Amino acid sequence: MIFVGGFIALIVSLGFSVALGVTDIKLATVWQAVVAFDPDLTNHQVIRELRLPRAIAAALIGGFLAVSGAVMQGLTRNPLASPSIMGVTHGAAFALIIALVFFPTVSNLGMTLASFVGAGVGVVLVFAVGSFSKGGLTPVKLALAGVAVGGMLSSLSTAISLHFQVAKQMSFWYAGDLSSTSWTSVQLLLAAGAVGLLLAVIISRAVTILSLGEEVSKGLGQNTLVVKTLGVIVVLVLTGAAVSVAGTVGFLGLVIPHITRFLVGTDYRLIIPVSAVLGGLLLVLADIGARLVNAPYETPVGAITACIGVPFFLYLARGERSGL
Amino acid sequence: MKQLSLQNRSRFWWTVGSLLVLIAVMLLVSLNTGVVQIAPVDVMRTLFGFGNERQELVLFDFRLPTIVLALLVGAGFAISGAILQGVTQNELADPGILGINTGAGLAVVVYIFFFQSSMAGISGFGVYILPIFALIGAFAAAVLVYLLAWKKGVNPVRLILVGIGVNAGFSAALIIFQIKMNPQDFTQALVWLSGDIWGSSWSFVIALFPWIIGLIVYSMYKSPVINILNLGDQMAVGLGARVERERRLLLLLAVAIAGLCVAAAGGIAFLGLIAPHIARRIVGPKHQQLLPVTALLGALILLVADTIGKNIIAPAEIPVGIVVTIVSTPYFLYLLMKTK
Repeated sequence: MIFVGGFIALIVSLGFSVALGVTDIKLATVWQAVVAFDPDLTNHQVIRELRLPRAIAAALIGGFLAVSGAVMQGLTRNPLASPSIMGVTHGAAFALIIALVFFPTVSNLGMTLASFVGAGVGVVLVFAVGSFSKGGLTPVKLALAGVAVGGMLSSLSTAISLHFQVAKQMSFWYAGDLSSTSWTSVQLLLAAGAVGLLLAVIISRAVTILSLGEEVSKGLGQNTLVVKTLGVIVVLVLTGAAVSVAGTVGFLGLVIPHITRFLVGTDYRLIIPVSAVLGGLLLVLADIGARLVNAPYETPVGAITACIGVPFFLYLARGERSGL
Repeated sequence: MKQLSLQNRSRFWWTVGSLLVLIAVMLLVSLNTGVVQIAPVDVMRTLFGFGNERQELVLFDFRLPTIVLALLVGAGFAISGAILQGVTQNELADPGILGINTGAGLAVVVYIFFFQSSMAGISGFGVYILPIFALIGAFAAAVLVYLLAWKKGVNPVRLILVGIGVNAGFSAALIIFQIKMNPQDFTQALVWLSGDIWGSSWSFVIALFPWIIGLIVYSMYKSPVINILNLGDQMAVGLGARVERERRLLLLLAVAIAGLCVAAAGGIAFLGLIAPHIARRIVGPKHQQLLPVTALLGALILLVADTIGKNIIAPAEIPVGIVVTIVSTPYFLYLLMKTK
């Protein structure tokens, strides 16, 4: 029910996302541009070439980040786990800056690969700190390790970008920016999504069991190492692809899984698809907000998601169980 | 017992002495390196009034004020961190992590955005207004974090998590303002926010010196209270301390020092975390000894970082805060692994 409802809401919001903008277009025109494209009409062209890829990319990226967050929270049983807290997005962004500065001719695919590698570096750093520390990866340690690793990587990025005078370009990226999405980015996202989302669905049952505790999972004969490795791959592929297109959009991966668990319970076979849909919905709406809040100028979409995410993070931080 | 405290005391004076020597050496190194190299002999000659005009200009008008500010700000951030760690009983507290730096940074950027046409245009009276805005921002952030973390008292863990959250919120707001600036201001604001001793003129030193030194001295006077708070709330109450009141006063002190330092040098993270830790390793947890050593260490670290930042890719400069972050993050992560 929630899945279907969410999906319908997503389609409708996609329609609005395409229709609203600097020049408003009627929903009927949007529909016509999709089903009966007429290359002579400017509106149809705007829809096809600019707004449609952007809206679809937003939906995909939102979904990716939400699923990443859900998988991370399931695997670590840590309510604060999410791509932006765990150094994944910062790692990806750092690698992208390096790619941009030192290999300016890099292709879209090359950028995405760099982003995957960077995401991997970030997650490995944070996890290493967690696994080497006394008493394991508590929420506080996770948050602190994430802040430290993220801080270091973004300091390095800042140093590089200042030296090569691409600072402003870089900070659009750090702020989250969907304005330069094209059909190429959508294709890229679809490819990454095919791998990442499929894998996420495959391991969803195992994640449910793992989220009950390591012992339970082992007792049921599960190979936790395999599940965790696959989970990390899901996170890297999905987050890496998302960051390479939109930059660092924070808090989505933190908030959506919580809302989803509240709605559908603790079964990850439901959590993962519903997170994907709700995450997509939220980012499409945030993107509409980003374009309308201060039109005709764009507000970074990351700032919009932070407006939603920060209060939520604070709510979690105040919660009884977070002080573990 | 007496033997031990005697030993302790001599160790303390040895530490202070060697730190002072190190700072003096770094001072000379810092004075003769930079875009314009000046030989040590010439530095000495110039300091005693025998240099040529160009050397005097470089040393007295550019390098010395920067160095004095680096020492001042380094000591300030370090002391602020030491107080925060003592008061919250959390070894991982730092004005940067708790969102205080970003709060001050946001206030300054908002001020520049609305009241000044550009970063470069700040002069004269503006020099004195800026620290006030930084202070307001730092206090606003601290009050916000304190209130949001309040739930029948302030638990140190909650304080840190709330600090991280508030910090993220301020950073998002900062980015919105930053992106609207013109490219030149933008770069300047970014450099400043990364931590940069930018107001390198004597008027800036004069504007900040009395405040920072005064507050540092006052916090040293307060060090017995920090010792008591450090024992834990129950013990502290038992010893007759008005815990919540003293804690608030000390928090205010730490925030005020951090706010002033941000005004002078932007958001330098992790310095307030690292310096007290190293100091604790050397002289132990007694704040009468810990605070002076922390202050000297902080000053030394920032001076070293400033010198590195100026020279590593000269003639370009890396903001000093970035050097501090890159160098100290591994140490922070190491601490994180060791703490329970």
